[in-house]
Amino acid sequence: MQSEPILEVSDLACERGEHRLFEGLNFAISSGELMRVQGENGKGKTTLLRTLCGFVQPAQGSVRWQGRDIHEWDDQFHSQMCYLGHANAIKDELSALENLRIGAGLAGIGVSESTALEVLRRMGLRRKEHLPVRVLSQGQRRRVALSRLLVGEAKLWILDEPLTALDVGAVTLMQELIGEHLSDRGMVIFTTHQPLQVTGVETRHLVLA
Amino acid sequence: MNRLSLISLLWLVIRRDLLLAMRRRADVLTTLIFFVMVVSLFPLGVGPEAEMLRKMAGGVLWVAALLSSMLSLPRMFAADHLDGTLEQMMLAPQSLTVMVLGKITAHWMLSGLPLVLIAPVLGLQFDMPVAAILTLMLALLLGTPVLSMIGAVGAALTLGLRGGGVLVSLLVLPLTIPVLIFGAGAVEAVNSGLDAVSNFALLGAFLLFALVFTPFVAAQALRISME
Repeated sequence: MQSEPILEVSDLACERGEHRLFEGLNFAISSGELMRVQGENGKGKTTLLRTLCGFVQPAQGSVRWQGRDIHEWDDQFHSQMCYLGHANAIKDELSALENLRIGAGLAGIGVSESTALEVLRRMGLRRKEHLPVRVLSQGQRRRVALSRLLVGEAKLWILDEPLTALDVGAVTLMQELIGEHLSDRGMVIFTTHQPLQVTGVETRHLVLA
Repeated sequence: MNRLSLISLLWLVIRRDLLLAMRRRADVLTTLIFFVMVVSLFPLGVGPEAEMLRKMAGGVLWVAALLSSMLSLPRMFAADHLDGTLEQMMLAPQSLTVMVLGKITAHWMLSGLPLVLIAPVLGLQFDMPVAAILTLMLALLLGTPVLSMIGAVGAALTLGLRGGGVLVSLLVLPLTIPVLIFGAGAVEAVNSGLDAVSNFALLGAFLLFALVFTPFVAAQALRISME
């Protein structure tokens, strides 16, 4: 049985400066669905994801969460989503553990040290938890950023190039995490130029031309 | 996992910014060293005449505090903007205004409070009497948080702009003139044997006014800058 759409995009158009990136975009996504946004560089993939987060006001159309425009939800919408952008949102001067706990704290979520350590170890950062992030590789930094996904209860994950700098093992782990999230009735919208296949889940494709 | 209260969030932001500052001390010391150098250059430039130094001390220390405060303003949100932390703050279901208030408080603790604490030492270079030094400290204690608060609005408005550092000074300096006038005026009043209560009252009023409005305005400016 098809569940009710939770995120609905109607007649969406976005501009950057005077340039219209896309228009007439319509789609809806329900619990347990995985959507990949595709398109060449500069077609507006990141702008679309930022619009879904509420950072960017669309030139036309609307984004609705559970039937209400996301800008009318105030902070309730943001408590149900987690966005991971190009930038990792981590501090070089802090350790992986500090980054995770403080990052979660800024999102309003208190995370105990034991939970944070457990999450970091799941992300393959065992024995790296207390090291300053500046000594970690790009891939390990990305893992620290991705670990934020596991400390909240966000229903919607919006991921902009989540696989950047990740090795094969981390990509497999990421696929597992997405699979688990979808089986928990979560939703994922992502962009990537790399292959990402979640076992047992059909990926919907949205192509920005 | 539990939801943080607003007070816990405020404290978290302050603690985080202080922790980051302690791990890159050069940024903090730059402001303090600049303040000391600017203030110390004046007696060398204008000569050792004690009467003249006493007369100009309040103004010199206040102008130096104002310029030192400008020095660190562009950094208030820039690092968080560059590494994506600011985006995460804006997505938080908690109040962005509270987070901005936390960042302003941390900025003041790192750039304003050290000036208050070192001011008596520098006051001695100007042969300031004890009463004038205490007045200067109290005036700086009331006035420097206002500089951080007004500065936060300017820093938020110019975030990500080319030449934002200069622009923030052009925006903020005219708005801080009343603080400068009443701050320096408090020291001048004591030097002239008058009461500085009215100056303190006005500085206190500026502080309360800024406390109520500037975190909210800076938060809205950040939202505009991030679009």
